[in-house]
Amino acid sequence: MLLIKCPVCGVEGEECDFHYGGQAHIARPASTDPENISNEQQRDYLFMRHNPKGLHFERWRCDRGCGKWFHAARDTTTHEFKAYYGITELPPKQLMQQATGSWAEYFADKIK
Amino acid sequence: MRYSVFSIARNALQYHKGWAKVWRSPELKANYDAVIIGAGGHGLATAYYLAKEHGMTNIAVVEKGWLGGGNTGRNTTIIRSNYLQDSSIAIYNLAHRLYADLSQELNFNTMFSPRGLLMLCQTEHELRGFKRTAHANRLAGLNSRILTTPEVKSLVPIINDSPNARYPVLGAYYQPDGGTARHDGVAWGYARGADAMGVDIIQNCEVTGLSRDGDQIVGVETTKGTIRTKKVGVVTAGHTSVLMQMAGVNMPIESVCLQAMVSEPLKPLIDVVVMANTVHGYISQSDKGDLVIGGGADAYNSYIQRGAFTSLEHTVTALVETFPVLSRIKMMRQWAGTVDMTGDRSPIISLTDVKGLYVNGGWGTGGFKSIPGSGFVFADTIANDRPHPIAEPFGLNRFAEGRFIDESVAAGVAH
Repeated sequence: MLLIKCPVCGVEGEECDFHYGGQAHIARPASTDPENISNEQQRDYLFMRHNPKGLHFERWRCDRGCGKWFHAARDTTTHEFKAYYGITELPPKQLMQQATGSWAEYFADKIK
Repeated sequence: MRYSVFSIARNALQYHKGWAKVWRSPELKANYDAVIIGAGGHGLATAYYLAKEHGMTNIAVVEKGWLGGGNTGRNTTIIRSNYLQDSSIAIYNLAHRLYADLSQELNFNTMFSPRGLLMLCQTEHELRGFKRTAHANRLAGLNSRILTTPEVKSLVPIINDSPNARYPVLGAYYQPDGGTARHDGVAWGYARGADAMGVDIIQNCEVTGLSRDGDQIVGVETTKGTIRTKKVGVVTAGHTSVLMQMAGVNMPIESVCLQAMVSEPLKPLIDVVVMANTVHGYISQSDKGDLVIGGGADAYNSYIQRGAFTSLEHTVTALVETFPVLSRIKMMRQWAGTVDMTGDRSPIISLTDVKGLYVNGGWGTGGFKSIPGSGFVFADTIANDRPHPIAEPFGLNRFAEGRFIDESVAAGVAH
């Protein structure tokens, strides 16, 4: 059972008070360049996922509180939440540096 | 040693001291023609058919833990082939046909029990959907049909057939030759068969890296040493993303927990498999008498092999609603496996951009039923370096081409 805290309204609840929204920080390519999207870009957007064994960055919704979406950093081997942050924000710099695998590649140019 | 009634009699006379080990525990060699990562059902079946059908016996199956100890030993052992899409029907039906003769083929009792399988229709939409699947299956030559509520009640007397139930039983989609098999028996049988043909099964040997020379795979780093090989098959279920990342290949997969549990042993109570996809509860009774119960998958990514209490509660709620007589039985054990879910809920059997690297994963919540078919076509794919015709639709390229094999609708959620 996960205990989650909403960074927007501050309520704390169980996982069934929240809704999982999958991987965070997925930008829809068609939003910025609708005419020149390759099949591979569309595939990456729709289906390719980091799926790390360890630190993961994901979206949650505060279903039974304020109803707002937010971001969380969680370890998929311990279920420990490392940080909560806003839906438009990047994770804390320290966590971006701790990211591994394809998450590390994703954050590489954002850490500066 | 071949198992038969005579070997049992002979060993009985020797106080059962003559039984040999079922497979060897060989030392890891430095070179192999092919390495299969993951000694679960799919990996062992792949090795077995590589040796038997393609004469490749200089191969190793490396396994982090013990063979059959991952999802092969954690599923609810349901076997069926009544899928909606032609590509799915082809592979699951191949597996189903191979299961039918598997005990004879392997000379090992896999306890395949085609006892009949019902998928309950508990909403109008589900009934309509399964009617469509039944028609598709009939066109493909599968034996499956829709049952009425009284027919369901006669097959499963303990079912709650009240029209006032929250999700009333409106009928069921019935595959008479669907059923179960002993999951350990399948893994052990394939391991014994592969080992007898010279395949090295290396347990307690975790893969720590995959080496590439440009576009070609050249080796596997393990905790027991380095292996040089030109062909690597990754068959690691929930850890597919992790292993593929070692070779720099990203996968369209997310890993989540899926739970199951067994009850205390009971007198014979239910002699078919019942799946309730709307409410997420799957039940069958093992030969020991315990009820084997599976539920829905957790929502969020996890490698923890421990399911959420929310999912467990959901499954038990569905169970008691559908079978009120079970409300006071005790559960003996509960566990979870890490399953690899793809976007269209169909598996990936594929070549990759790295030459010599093959992947068989993404079976999600329904891998056990496909073990023989999956191993058969994956072995052919590895041996000939091109997709087997039945495996071809399951290639990784389908995600870029938009050519999905959409079973998430056909199978409800878990299958």
